[in-house]
Amino acid sequence: MDNYSWADLQNIFIMQGFAGISLFSVLLLMGLGLAVIFGQMGVINMAHGEFMALGAYTVYLCSTLTQDYAPSLAPYYFVFAIVIAFFVAAGVGALVEWAMIRHLYHRPLDTLLATWGLSLIMQQTYRSTFGAREVTPTLPEWLMGSYSPHEGLDIPINGMFVLGLAIFVSITLVLFMYKSRFGLRLRATVQNRKMSDAVGINTGRVDRLAFCLGCGIAGIAGAAFTTIGSTGPDSGSRYIVDSFLVVVFGGAANLLGSLASAFGIAQAQSILEFFLEGTKGKVATLLVIVVALMFRPQGLFPSKVRAH
Amino acid sequence: MIFLRTLFKNRGEMISFIVFFALLLVVLPIVLPIFRLNLVGKYLSFGFVAIGLVLLWGRCGILSLGQGVFFGLGGYCMAMFLKLEASDPKSTAIQSTPGIPDFMDWNQLTHLPWFWEPFKSLPFALMAVMVVPGVIAFIIGWAMFRRRVGGVYFAIITQAIALILSLGIDGNQGYTGGRNGITDLKTLWGWDIRTTSGQYTLYFLCVLLLIVAALAAKYIINTRFGRVLVAIRDREDRVRFSGYDVAMCRAFIFAFAAVMSGVGGALFVLQVGFMSPSLVGIIPSIEMVIFTAVGGRLSVVGAIAGCLIVNFGKTAFSEAYPQAWLYLMGGTFIAVVMFFPNGLAGILEDNATLKAKALKLFAKLKELKASRAAKSSVEAPIEETP
Repeated sequence: MDNYSWADLQNIFIMQGFAGISLFSVLLLMGLGLAVIFGQMGVINMAHGEFMALGAYTVYLCSTLTQDYAPSLAPYYFVFAIVIAFFVAAGVGALVEWAMIRHLYHRPLDTLLATWGLSLIMQQTYRSTFGAREVTPTLPEWLMGSYSPHEGLDIPINGMFVLGLAIFVSITLVLFMYKSRFGLRLRATVQNRKMSDAVGINTGRVDRLAFCLGCGIAGIAGAAFTTIGSTGPDSGSRYIVDSFLVVVFGGAANLLGSLASAFGIAQAQSILEFFLEGTKGKVATLLVIVVALMFRPQGLFPSKVRAH
Repeated sequence: MIFLRTLFKNRGEMISFIVFFALLLVVLPIVLPIFRLNLVGKYLSFGFVAIGLVLLWGRCGILSLGQGVFFGLGGYCMAMFLKLEASDPKSTAIQSTPGIPDFMDWNQLTHLPWFWEPFKSLPFALMAVMVVPGVIAFIIGWAMFRRRVGGVYFAIITQAIALILSLGIDGNQGYTGGRNGITDLKTLWGWDIRTTSGQYTLYFLCVLLLIVAALAAKYIINTRFGRVLVAIRDREDRVRFSGYDVAMCRAFIFAFAAVMSGVGGALFVLQVGFMSPSLVGIIPSIEMVIFTAVGGRLSVVGAIAGCLIVNFGKTAFSEAYPQAWLYLMGGTFIAVVMFFPNGLAGILEDNATLKAKALKLFAKLKELKASRAAKSSVEAPIEETP
């Protein structure tokens, strides 16, 4: 590190910081989805990464379809594609919940294994449908390029867009959880399922909607992911450990914690990647988190309500 | 006899144990060509991990998604010794630094790293195969179980550890051989492990050690300690209130499972001849859990059989239909978890208990009939007397 001047270091930090923002946004979106599914319902969805890939593939499909049938709409399709990605992922999530997850709520470790089986099936489906090669949707013009406030500093526009998307989704989710009727029911179900049943909340329906919501947000994460990388059958599984760590490190069931830990993890990875070659940045980050979790297993911001 | 009773709950269990290992020790070596037998040996080295998982997951309720870490550590300890023996100064004379493993030479290392030095001695390497995984597992387990981390959190953290180790090995090519792993292993103390006779010997060694490991696991299961483990799985707080050190019990069984996995890793290296990070990471670690789940998470023999069945299925199916294999594997796994949580062994056992119940009922009916007949024959003369 001695060879860098202070100004260099400053620029490196800012540049890598902005590069880390894209990663942060994807991790945050993944983490929010998991925070709903894992944090609130205690279900470990190992196929969460595959739901992300599902969103990414949906965007890719939308992109090819608009190019083939309505090229004039090309500049706007991305926004609609995000919405479609949400609903496709949520729909598949509903199906999975109905067929599989709802039978396993009382065996949380087994949901982990069953959803791992599901992720194998989903990956192979992607492989046979879209091929083993990675695909990239054509992004609209306005997402390309970068903004350069002064020399030696480039801020990628797609990163800013994705950040905006992530913030929008976070705020919507928080409002939804804490201000809406459904959020109230969900929180009640998490705190005391039997009582919620007794006061007339349809907890089975709440579970399904929550699972849908989590999967849908993973779909949005997939849409965001298409702006920073190309999508392959196993793109999702590469993010799964990171996103679980985001949720656990932030303190499960705590959306603010997920935000803080996603930011920390993404920035640490991105900045360390510059100084350490290859995967060492990632190894160092993960190592710090795991050691931190050994000393503070409840995470950064433990939730004050005791969930059972 | 009393000792046998602590090992096996009933006669059926003992018979299935003997039949299964007789199959491995006698029938398979006669029937299979050495190439296939070597494959069986490779799969059986995963059996050690499965035995560990039966204790850890089936009995104690701790799901570790990082057993590949310990399998890998054991395997690497063994592979480091074999690699050092394979790269003596004479056979590596063309390198710019003779006497160090080839991948170090490619990465411009000029001397052996310090942690490789002790692996020149076989006793040290054999000890490290068991001690390194055991100690690391104990430290991790102790740190986490002390703070009452369990269940899904433990699963996620162990999975992260698996990712860290596989990425770490992958990224430090000069020290670990990187993605290719440690390859070209030839001899063990001058004895060639690649010959047919060598492979036969290693197969029998593997099965014998597996028997020892299985008996040890059965012993643990049927002692008081084994019952405490089950109690911890089912009602942790009650066990704690009864004065048991729950964290210690869990850390011990986690370390024990890790030692088993380490031994399995070493036997894998000896039989297959290489070790790579692809056997350490997330996917192999979960696959090991899959073997155990399919075979039966409560049954030692079942879990080993699960390793054989899933791996043979994988080899046969992925050769014939590479596309369909992942569907089949995923589907089987979902089905096992949802409908047969105790795996194949569970299905068989259910059948056996059903059969036993039916037999008992049948015997009772017979008895009833006989007693009725006896009664009538006894009663008849009484009626006649007056």
